[in-house]
Amino acid sequence: MDINSTLIAVFLFPGLLFLCAYATTLEFVDRHVYARLQNRQGPPWYQPIADFLKLMGKEVIIPAGADKTMYKLLPLVSFAAVATAFLCVPVFGPAVKAFNGDLIVVLYLLTIPTACFYLAGWYSTSIYATIGSVRALTQLFSYEVPLFMALLAPAMLAGSWSITEISAYYTANPLYVLFNLPALVVALLAVQGKLERVPFDLPEAETELAGGTFVEYSGRYYAMFRMTVDCELVVLSALIAAIFVPLSFDIWWMEVLCFFISTLLIVFVLTFIRATMPRVRIDQMVRFCWIYLTPLAMAQIILNLFLRGVVG
Amino acid sequence: MAEKITIPIGPQHPSLKEPACFTITMEGEKVVNAVVGLGYNHRGLEKACESRTYIQDLYIIERVCGICSHAHSTAFCQSLEYLAGVEIPQRAAFIRTLVAELERLHSHLLWLGVGAHEIGFDTLFMYTWRDREKVLDLLATLCGNRVNYGINTPGGCRRDLNDEEIAMIRKAMNELEEQVKYYTELALNDTILAARLSGIGKLSHDDALRLGAVGPVSRASGVPDDVRAIDPYAAYGIVPFKVITDDHCDVFGRAVVRVLEMQESIKMIRFCLDNLPSGEIAAKFPRRIPAGEVFTRVEAPRGEDTHYVRSNGTDKPDRVRVRAATEANWHAVRHMIEGDMLADVPIIIAAIDPCYSCTDRSFVVKDPLTGKDKQMDWGALRQYGIDWYRKERGVDPSRIPLPGKRFY
Repeated sequence: MDINSTLIAVFLFPGLLFLCAYATTLEFVDRHVYARLQNRQGPPWYQPIADFLKLMGKEVIIPAGADKTMYKLLPLVSFAAVATAFLCVPVFGPAVKAFNGDLIVVLYLLTIPTACFYLAGWYSTSIYATIGSVRALTQLFSYEVPLFMALLAPAMLAGSWSITEISAYYTANPLYVLFNLPALVVALLAVQGKLERVPFDLPEAETELAGGTFVEYSGRYYAMFRMTVDCELVVLSALIAAIFVPLSFDIWWMEVLCFFISTLLIVFVLTFIRATMPRVRIDQMVRFCWIYLTPLAMAQIILNLFLRGVVG
Repeated sequence: MAEKITIPIGPQHPSLKEPACFTITMEGEKVVNAVVGLGYNHRGLEKACESRTYIQDLYIIERVCGICSHAHSTAFCQSLEYLAGVEIPQRAAFIRTLVAELERLHSHLLWLGVGAHEIGFDTLFMYTWRDREKVLDLLATLCGNRVNYGINTPGGCRRDLNDEEIAMIRKAMNELEEQVKYYTELALNDTILAARLSGIGKLSHDDALRLGAVGPVSRASGVPDDVRAIDPYAAYGIVPFKVITDDHCDVFGRAVVRVLEMQESIKMIRFCLDNLPSGEIAAKFPRRIPAGEVFTRVEAPRGEDTHYVRSNGTDKPDRVRVRAATEANWHAVRHMIEGDMLADVPIIIAAIDPCYSCTDRSFVVKDPLTGKDKQMDWGALRQYGIDWYRKERGVDPSRIPLPGKRFY
C-alpha cells in the first residue's frame, strides 16, 4: 500500500470522513426511529449535522476548578481511539489494517472512550459529573466482561483473532452462526451499556445527574464527545455485523448493501431496546450483567470450545 | 464506611418541573439525609385574595394550580356557598363532578408521563401526554380553556352541556378507556417497570397516618383517605365509585392507585352523562356575604385540598387560606427519600405528584399584644388555644383528649 492510498484510507474512505458521515446518519436513524416508536414526527435528516455545527460554534466554558489540559485533551483522545478502532473493522470487504489479533485491539481501543468519560467527569470537578463518572466506571466493570466474552466466543469457533478472518470463516460456514445467537443477544445488550443508552444510561441519567459525566462540557469539546459516541455506535455495529452476519459477496454493490442493511438492523434493534425500557438502577445493572449476561456468555464460550473440538 | 457527599437537587434541575431544593447527603449512592428546601415560588396569593372582591378572587383561586385548578375553585365556591347559605342546582353539581373527574383523568395521565420520564422511560411519557391531549381538548370544548377552566362560579356553573358535547365526551371516553386499560396492564405486568418502582419510597400505613400524607400517596399505603367518599361534595354522594387503595406502600403502589383511579374516573364520567339532571345551572348569588368562617375540603387529583374562608359581611374576604395537597405530603417526602438510592430520589419526589407553586406560603408569626415576632412550639400553641377559649368563649377545652390517630 503506497502512501497516497494509505492517506485516503485513513482520512477519507473508509476512514475519518466516512466514519463521521455514517455516524451522523446512524444518529439520525436512531433518533428518527426512536421518535416514530414514540408516535412523534422525529428530526429531519440533517439534524445531527446541524447540532454538531451549532455546538462547534458555541462558547466553551471551562470550570474554574477543572484541569484545563485534561479538559481539552480527553475529547480528542477518545475520538482518536474510536477512529483508530474503525480502521481495523471490515467495511465493504477487508479492513484497512487487518492483522491477527485486531479483534482484541479493537475491543481495547473501544474501552479508551469510557475511560476518557470517567476522567472527563472526574477532572471537571462537578459533583454531578463525579457521581456520573463513578457510575461510568462501575458500569464498565459490569458490561465489559460479557461483551468481551460474547465477541471472543465466535472467534474461538472460527479459530482466529482477526475480524476479517472470522468474517471469512462464517461466510464459508454460514450455518455455524446459529450457534452464536446467545452471544449476539449478550453483545447487543452489553453494547447498550457501552454506549450509555437507556436502559443503561446511568452515567448521564438526565433526570438524576443533570447530564452526569458531561455536565460541565460545552461547545466544541462537548461536540467532540457527542461525535465520539456516534462513531462508537458505527464501530460497534460494524463489528457485530462483521462477526455475526455471515454474508460476503464478490460483487461490490452487494457488499455495500449488505454492510448498510446489517448495521442499520443492529441500530434498529438497539433503538428498540432504548424505546421500550426504563432506566435501571446501578445495583440492578450490575446484578443483571453478572447474573444473566456473564454466565450466558460463559456458556457460549464452553459451547464454542466444544464445537471447535467436534468440527476441528 | 464511605465518605459522605452532599448533592443539591435543585433549585434548577432537569427532574424538577418547578424550583425547589432538595439537599441530599449520601454515602456512596445511598441517601442518609435529605433536607427539603421550599419557598422559591411564593406568590402571595392569599394576601392578594384578601384585597379583592369574591368574584375577583375566583380568578386568583383558579390560578393557584395549573393542573388542579378546578379542585381549588370548587373548594372556594363551596366555601362561599356555605357562608351565603346558597344551595347549588343538581345539574351544576353534576357538571362540577364531571369536570373534576376529567381533571383527575388529565392530571393522572400527566403524572404517569412525568413519572416515566423521571425513570428514563420517555416512550410512555410521549404516549400518555398524547392521550392527555384528548382530555384537554374535551375540557377546552366544555369550558373554553385547556387548563384554567373557569367553569365554577359561586352558586353553580357558568356553562351548560349540550347533546353534541355529551356525544363527544362519550366518544373520547371510549378511546381513552382502551388506552387506560393498556397503561393498567403495563403498570401491573411490566417486569422492568415493576423492578424499578417496587420497594422504593416506602411509606407504611402508620407512617402515612403519622406524617399526614393525603391522596394517592396515602391510598397507596392502604389508608382509604378520599374526601369524595368521607365527606361527599358536589354530586359525589350520588355518583357511585370505589375508593382505590393498595398495600404496596411504595412508588409502585402509587402508580397502581393512579392508573386504577383513571378507570374509576371514566366510569364516573359516564355515570354523570347518563344521569345528568335537567334544570338550571346556577343559583342567584349575593355580592356581599354574611360574616362567618368556613373550612371546606375537596379531593384534588393530588389529594385533599382544603380551603378556609373568613368573611366579615363585606364583598371582600377577611382571610383566605389555601392548603394544596402537596403541602400535606412534604413531610412524608423526607421520610421516603432517606435510605433509598440517589437514582430513586427523582421518582420518589415525583411520586407525590408535587406542585410547588401551589404550596409555597410565607408566614410571619406575631404576638398580638406586643406586635413582635413570636414563635410557639406545639405545646405552647395548644395552651394558647385553651386560654383563648376559656377567656373568650367561656369553655374549657383542656379536658378534650388529643386523638391518637386521625379519623380512623
